[in-house]
Amino acid sequence: MSEELNIDDLSSQYFDVLKEIGNIGAGNATTALSTMLGEKVDMAVPKVRLMEFKDVGTTMGGEEQIVAGIYLVVQGDINGSIMFIQRRESAKNMISHLMGMASEDEENFSEMELSALKEIGNIITGAYLNSLAQLTNLTIYPSIPDVCIDMAGAVLSVPAIEFGTVADKLLLIETDFNDDKNMSGYFILVPDAVSYEKILHALGVI
Amino acid sequence: MAETLKVGIADMNVCLPPDTIMTIGLGSCVGIAIRDKQNKVGGLVHVMLPNSQEVKSSSNVAKFADTGILELVRRMEAKGAVRSRMVAKIAGGAKMFAFQSKNELAAVGERNVSATKQALAALKIPIIAEDTGENYGRTVTFNPDTGDYEIKAVGKPVRVI
Repeated sequence: MSEELNIDDLSSQYFDVLKEIGNIGAGNATTALSTMLGEKVDMAVPKVRLMEFKDVGTTMGGEEQIVAGIYLVVQGDINGSIMFIQRRESAKNMISHLMGMASEDEENFSEMELSALKEIGNIITGAYLNSLAQLTNLTIYPSIPDVCIDMAGAVLSVPAIEFGTVADKLLLIETDFNDDKNMSGYFILVPDAVSYEKILHALGVI
Repeated sequence: MAETLKVGIADMNVCLPPDTIMTIGLGSCVGIAIRDKQNKVGGLVHVMLPNSQEVKSSSNVAKFADTGILELVRRMEAKGAVRSRMVAKIAGGAKMFAFQSKNELAAVGERNVSATKQALAALKIPIIAEDTGENYGRTVTFNPDTGDYEIKAVGKPVRVI
């Protein structure tokens, strides 16, 4: 770990490892979601991309697309944060599945819905972090979740800023849960530079 | 034909009337619009972080308030703007998530706003209007002809400063 790690020049080997973590994490998250909703949930192979900040908004259907972001601070052996982002329709869809009834309002979220959304985020990110912790043998504690519903550009600026202190690119993991039910989301894991090295080191890559 | 130039995150642009410049979805970032009152050269920079000295990855000058504003002013001067005639309007610097203050990038929105003010003061460019803070994202459009800075937010009426 003597050489300083540059995330912008991540070699394909590192990238493959991060991709694999994304895969396993998203797989666990899908199982958790399925248990929570009490129904079968399928998952497409997650798409893992390392992208420039300015292109991130576009992936989610434009920077002005309204999204729901659930954000947790991560502490322990690694420090950073994790965010689970969904388009508004996807978030509404998951909530109505969880609560067993359709939402009355397509635009706004009631207190009850926001709290359901936090719980969804908690379970999904928790499952994701669990697999990361098991794979790396590192201790990871997530904080309680906080939710924000706003333009994609504005919500994404939070992890982008955190990531901006270590790199110019962002690691984005896109997960489609059920292709027929409009439930998809994105994970953004933002460890600080030291934690990145710890993760890769724990996995035996460096 | 008037064009609307787009500025991304950690990005900047300079234009002349009738063109306008916009940046979408300012969260904790700050959008700094500068204009030469006389020849109407206008510029907009979308900065993410307060200070280029604090971080390792600082190759992109537009990412930081200190270096971004300096570079924007330099580019405007290259288009004929004069620093003593420049005025600035700023927007953004929101706190998108309530508990953000718990982590080390505490209140980065607030810090971005104060670093922006410092950088502008150092260049002796007065801030004539601002719409900063709060907890929502903003999409801004700057018109260098009139100096209008139009701010849109989800579920709120359009505001012009």
